[in-house]
Amino acid sequence: MSKAYETVIGLEVHVELATRTKIFCGCSTAFGGAPNTHTCPVCTGMPGSLPVLNKEVVNKAIAVGLATNCTITQNCKFDRKNYFYPDNPQNYQISQLYYPICRNGKVEIEVDGKKKWIGIHEIHMEEDAGKLVHDPYTDSSLVDYNRSGVPLIEIVSEPDMRSAEEVIAYLDKLRMTIQYLGASDCKLNEGSMRADVNLSIREVGAEEFGTRTEMKNLNSFKAIARAIENERERQIDLLESGEKVIQETRRWDDAKEYSYAMRSKEDAQDYRYFPDPDLVPILISDAWLDEIRAKQPEFREEKKARYQEEYGLPEYDADILTGTKKLADIFEETVALGANPKKVSNWLMVETMRLLKEHEMDAEDITFSAENLAKLIKLVDSQAINSSVAKEVFEIIFDKDIDPDKYVEEKGLKTVNDEGALRATIEKVIADNPQSVEDYRNGKEKAIGFLVGQTMKAMKGKANPGMVNQILKELL
Amino acid sequence: MQITDETIEYVGILAKLELSDEEKEQAKNDMSNMLEYVGKLNELDTDGVEPMSHTFSVHNVFREDVVTNGDDRENMLKNAPEQKDGAYKVPKTFD
Amino acid sequence: MDLSMTAVELGKKIRNKEISVVEATTAYLDSLEAKDKDINAFVTIDREGALARAEEVQKMIDDGTLTGPLAGVPVAIKDNMCINGMLTTCSSKILSNFVPTFTATAVEKLEAAGAVIVGKTNMDEFAMGSTTETSYYGETKNPWDLARVPGGSSGGSAAAVAAEEVPYALGSDTGGSIRQPAGFCGVTGIKPTYGRVSRYGLIAYGSSLDQIGPLAKDVTDCATILEAICGKDDKDSTSVKEAGDDFTSALVDDVKGMKIGIPKDYLGEGLDPEVKDAVLAAAKALEAKGAIVEEFDLSLVEYAIPAYYIIASAEASSNLERFDGVKYGYRTEEYTDLHNMYKKTRSEGFGPEVKRRIMLGSFVLSSGYYDAYYMKALRTKALIKGAFDKAFEKYDVILGPVAPTTALKMGESLSDPIKMYLGDIYTVSVNLAGLPGISLPCGQDSNGLPIGLQLLGKHFDEKSIIRAAYAFEQTREYQRPAFAVEREA
Repeated sequence: MSKAYETVIGLEVHVELATRTKIFCGCSTAFGGAPNTHTCPVCTGMPGSLPVLNKEVVNKAIAVGLATNCTITQNCKFDRKNYFYPDNPQNYQISQLYYPICRNGKVEIEVDGKKKWIGIHEIHMEEDAGKLVHDPYTDSSLVDYNRSGVPLIEIVSEPDMRSAEEVIAYLDKLRMTIQYLGASDCKLNEGSMRADVNLSIREVGAEEFGTRTEMKNLNSFKAIARAIENERERQIDLLESGEKVIQETRRWDDAKEYSYAMRSKEDAQDYRYFPDPDLVPILISDAWLDEIRAKQPEFREEKKARYQEEYGLPEYDADILTGTKKLADIFEETVALGANPKKVSNWLMVETMRLLKEHEMDAEDITFSAENLAKLIKLVDSQAINSSVAKEVFEIIFDKDIDPDKYVEEKGLKTVNDEGALRATIEKVIADNPQSVEDYRNGKEKAIGFLVGQTMKAMKGKANPGMVNQILKELL
Repeated sequence: MQITDETIEYVGILAKLELSDEEKEQAKNDMSNMLEYVGKLNELDTDGVEPMSHTFSVHNVFREDVVTNGDDRENMLKNAPEQKDGAYKVPKTFD
Repeated sequence: MDLSMTAVELGKKIRNKEISVVEATTAYLDSLEAKDKDINAFVTIDREGALARAEEVQKMIDDGTLTGPLAGVPVAIKDNMCINGMLTTCSSKILSNFVPTFTATAVEKLEAAGAVIVGKTNMDEFAMGSTTETSYYGETKNPWDLARVPGGSSGGSAAAVAAEEVPYALGSDTGGSIRQPAGFCGVTGIKPTYGRVSRYGLIAYGSSLDQIGPLAKDVTDCATILEAICGKDDKDSTSVKEAGDDFTSALVDDVKGMKIGIPKDYLGEGLDPEVKDAVLAAAKALEAKGAIVEEFDLSLVEYAIPAYYIIASAEASSNLERFDGVKYGYRTEEYTDLHNMYKKTRSEGFGPEVKRRIMLGSFVLSSGYYDAYYMKALRTKALIKGAFDKAFEKYDVILGPVAPTTALKMGESLSDPIKMYLGDIYTVSVNLAGLPGISLPCGQDSNGLPIGLQLLGKHFDEKSIIRAAYAFEQTREYQRPAFAVEREA
């Protein structure tokens, strides 16, 4: 029988900060430009160019540090991390080793109802690398420096996690906090949030940590969970068969569900960090910290409580709505436009969630506006459209953020309130369905539902359901 | 200190320099001599002295977060040894 | 046209319409193209661009747009400063085809002052050297004796000025690279306080030590040029706006009461007696004008070179990583894979001295040695700066030699790197401490070679050294090398 093992996990999480410009130059950070169209001498490492720090990067890094209970390093500096790779145009990355901007933080997570603090060792600021694309025609690689110099923070946790569930909960907590701060959109699939997993195992009860490996290329929560399970088993197998775990960096291949060592004899892993002489120290005064503290937003827990108190939402609703910053924002904006909070909540929790799931999207990917959702709710409230039409229209809003007023008008989806027209249709339905009419008259109340359905179908769903019911009963 | 072949090999990997055998011998000698020479600093008692990376008390030099650069790709790519489709072309980095 | 004029004299004649800008530019271009076959001070000569620019500048002078002292005066730029559209090589094979897309701030400022750039000057490869012999484009020769080195690394700039190929030039100084060649070539050069002149566009050697500065025939020119190129630049975080940048106001022949200290440590073993005599004579001359001169113990002088070579090599090893055959510059012809391409490109593209310093720098930063070497050097730097701070509590200016000897014979120091490094003994500590220094001629040795005098000042107090230098300069005539005189005809 094998021994009982404990998994020890620490995370290095890279988050792209949502600034307009890069960390050291005035190039745009916008996604989607043609290769190298958002570059300049600084972010392509041209000789003679020099970095100048974007102040907003420091503001955002401090905000994240404060929100994660860190101590802010009030005299911090940048260092150079030296290694050769084509996506790194200077062949050194400007980062922080000796005086990272935040240290000794912690965040609280909850797994299966049990709360736990995860320590944050440090958060440092650094620049992102460019992108390499393999060119199959020439069997070479093509370098695009548009992402080179995009600001990142790297959040290094303590080795405090023991399971994939805790890792996911920790990442979720970080993501939520950072999204609430507006410091990043934290999309794992687009790379604006990236997690490297440091994992080791040890026998239960052991004091010493085992040798750890670092796992890279984890692009979703699912991939992270799979990689953790896989690496845990790999390390246990090694130990059980009397071999040793080698300290190394491994790359996860999620499609094949296995990892391989990223070793190369040309890769000495000796980064020769030293203070970057081109940048000057950052002195962060108490006043500066106070200023950022004063601007910290309402975080999830506070919001959740407020939704229940202010809008009378059930805890369940408040929990889901505050689950992502994006949902909470849409909720608040729609309510601010005069819509009933519970109705807004229903649209977000039921239809929106259903469509997100159907399209395999995250809440951050929502593109519809509060305005159009508010208009839709108004259309329903005023009985201009019925609820089934509303659901149809909402799908279009979800997709293309159309103006429901115009759409309903153009497509002629307004509820028919014309009694004459309804009566004529219903008379025809009664004539065509003698069996149902008889059933109803014989006391089968449910039969009326079928007749309502037939009427709605004949009216292409646009009939006022209240009026249909009323006329039907009258005619029967 | 005496520099070994392994050290020269290792530093060559770090610095991405490929030295001929003759150059390696020369580099071993040069580096040994130089390290012996700079070892003179060990005569100095620097305990408690704060390392000085920046000579001045200049600090907090920032840019505002405003886009100032346009697209100068064509101009910059003129210097590229090899390029394709607006990108810098390099030997493949993927296996 | 008289090519022995200073930049300011020529500027005046241009403003007075005695000489046109095209005339002056043509005269210098003709002269330099002829003389440079012997001197090799230039890597690039841009006749066409210079003449087109001369016409443009003339118009701006005529319509009153340009009124400054340097308007229309030709200049040469050391080949480690980027100029948009002009080949910039750092005298290295690895940048043999590099054409920058932007211009260094200091050069931009000169252009705004109406300078006409005639070309780029030769230097030690990536400014690593004290002789200009490590250039990929051949060594530059000293106009005072073509068998001797002009000093370095701004040897091309110093030789071009001494040979009267240009009225003035820009150089850069990391460990003495303006002051020492100025001394060897009998011209004047200023290494400004670190941060006084923007480094944007200067291809870095040792970023914490590098400064751009002028080389010219006299102190007036240097003060005038420095006034044009200095100032805070938003593109260089380490540049600063400091008072005391009205340098030409210090051009007064008055050193009464000025306290001048001579470090005894600068007069000891290794100093050529002829150099020592000339330097002490200069001190006497200043004393005669009312300065208070005394000798003192600066201390720590012998630790400056080791600290300097650790710091400069470490920074250089990182700064030069970007030369990899990917984005610009030379790429090796044949390679098997990425890392092979890197290694071959760099091994073929860099010369031996550059490789030597990259190897040393990579080593001192590597795991296990960082504290013993790099941190130790940074602590030593702090002590050296402290020693200067202490000295400047007592003195306004520190006076000494620029180099232990006059210009060496070609090839003399290349064989022994440490011997070459020792030649920097009086100059490197100034860079470590970030101080301003000026080098100007103070005599000649028995071989007829110029001897350089060095004056050091407090941070951002270039004016005191300019004042002292100017006062001393009034005591002697500018000496032209025979080469320049002979080629005049």
